[in-house]
Amino acid sequence: MGEPLIYTYDIDGEDFTRAGEASSSVKNRLKMLGVDSAAIRKTAIAMYEGEINMVIHADGGTITVIISDDAITMVLADRGPGIPDIEKAMQEGYSTARPEVRSLGFGAGMGLPNMKRFTDEMKIDTVIGQGTTITMKVYLHSDGL
Amino acid sequence: MDSNKFIRSVRLRESACRGCINCIKNCPTQAIRVHNGKAHIIDKFCIDCGRCIRYCPHHAKIAVYDPLSVINDFKYAVALPAPSLYAQYNNLANVDIVLNALLKLGFDDVYEVSAAAELVSEASREYIREHMDEAPFISSACPSVIRLIRVKFPSLISRLLPIKAPVEVAAEIARARAMKKTGLKPEEIGIIFISPCPSKVSYAKAPLGIEKSSIDNVVAIKDIYPLLLPHMKHDESQLKPLSHSGRIGIGWSNAGGEVAGLLVENYLAADGIVNILRVLEQLEDEKLHGLTFVELNACDGGCAGGTLTVENAYIAATKTKRLTKYQPVSRNHLSENPELQSIYWADDVEYEPVFRLGNTFKESLRMMSDVEKLTAMFPGLDCGSCGAPTCQTLAEDIVRGDATPNDCIYVLRSNIAELSRRINDLTENVTAGKALSAEEDELLHRYIRELTADLASFGVPDKTKQRKE
Repeated sequence: MGEPLIYTYDIDGEDFTRAGEASSSVKNRLKMLGVDSAAIRKTAIAMYEGEINMVIHADGGTITVIISDDAITMVLADRGPGIPDIEKAMQEGYSTARPEVRSLGFGAGMGLPNMKRFTDEMKIDTVIGQGTTITMKVYLHSDGL
Repeated sequence: MDSNKFIRSVRLRESACRGCINCIKNCPTQAIRVHNGKAHIIDKFCIDCGRCIRYCPHHAKIAVYDPLSVINDFKYAVALPAPSLYAQYNNLANVDIVLNALLKLGFDDVYEVSAAAELVSEASREYIREHMDEAPFISSACPSVIRLIRVKFPSLISRLLPIKAPVEVAAEIARARAMKKTGLKPEEIGIIFISPCPSKVSYAKAPLGIEKSSIDNVVAIKDIYPLLLPHMKHDESQLKPLSHSGRIGIGWSNAGGEVAGLLVENYLAADGIVNILRVLEQLEDEKLHGLTFVELNACDGGCAGGTLTVENAYIAATKTKRLTKYQPVSRNHLSENPELQSIYWADDVEYEPVFRLGNTFKESLRMMSDVEKLTAMFPGLDCGSCGAPTCQTLAEDIVRGDATPNDCIYVLRSNIAELSRRINDLTENVTAGKALSAEEDELLHRYIRELTADLASFGVPDKTKQRKE
């Protein structure tokens, strides 16, 4: 097993227009690695949803991406308010985003459901008032496919 | 790998190249490097968009295309004028003025690309209607757009409209009609496209979506434009009625012209290669919602802004609008063109992973790790002095074996400083009256040799020599 590649991104909580920069950067690296486009797509969409969530709810945070032989692992850590009811938050269409955020086209309540749908594993660790860490995995089969 | 696949019409005129960094910084696919004071285009990265032609201050980037004399190679030559040709002329009231002048210039017949464009519009409308659930579709008329998607956006290949470009459709119909009219064999008939851009020159040699193009030669609008002027007669009573295209077909020369013929409401029309790159990124990330059609033109202003045109693209756009103001909407229908066998692509466009680092994922992973380490070592200024557009691309080139860390002048400078320091340390002993051991003496000589080599590799362009040229 080779040495995994590790990338860390600081997500700015102020700026909606910059959300997506980190997922874009990861996407372009995955292309250079020759990862299958379906796995790239899954990773890019899940990570973008995560980035947006961090901007909307948690004033930013940090994303660590680990690319190894068999999986792409994304760890999204924030120091936001935490998720009081995970089951509810996982429901499609459920959103706690502010109206002004929704008016920008975000906060449709599809973030977490999409993150789950587009990844092979997802784990949510959340502490009210302290923050949330979401770990997502997209499996890579032999030779990055 | 089929070398023909990456054929390009944008070339370097080496004698004019000064080795500056304008082209490498403006290339949208980072396909150009400067080594030993001259630019080099990397074939498989180049999408033939012609942006470097526009940005080179020394005119060292040129487009290759055919001279008009190619019409003499055939018994019967048919001109296929791109609609952008019409927009080059001032106060043009009637397309027939240009078409009649083409006959006087030596062509035996003309067939307007704008006529075929109306057939493409009709086929596109049908295709979109029948495949609505697969929307959004991306236009496939600009070869540089297809080439860009082919190397950078594998997930979007399936979104390309699988319909031949207007010029290809025009070439097929024109040949079939000429054969019928003259009784000549297909190879005795020359189908010659008058093109606004070098991208279509390459397309004719290495088509996309079909195996072989029906276009025989491609000449440039900028060559034909002045030659037609003396033949242009504005007296309408003397003109043969040759034009047979409407507002939709002629409008294809402008950005937004293709979507205008599709009658779809939810569309996006982007022009200019940098804008296109952004749109494709967003499409790939599924950040653009509710679109039915995406029109993309590599050149600013659409085809009228091609590098082989003469008129300002935005003035050309206004002229086209004026020219088509009183034209019927469309004058061509698929049902009236039985000679056209199929308007659809016969082949799939396949992903070409030219930017992939290694041959296998594991190898790429290891190489990427080296790229990251090297990138961290460089200053991150993206100054271009190494000949690569960014520090990251230099690192990639090194890992691919095409460059060395010393190509970075900052790395080289710190190497030189380090060698000088070591030489100084050793010689201080000598100054203090201590003799150098044989080992130290050898070390000193080695440092001096390395320093000389490093300094020689600086490769500062010889200014005096350049001025004499």
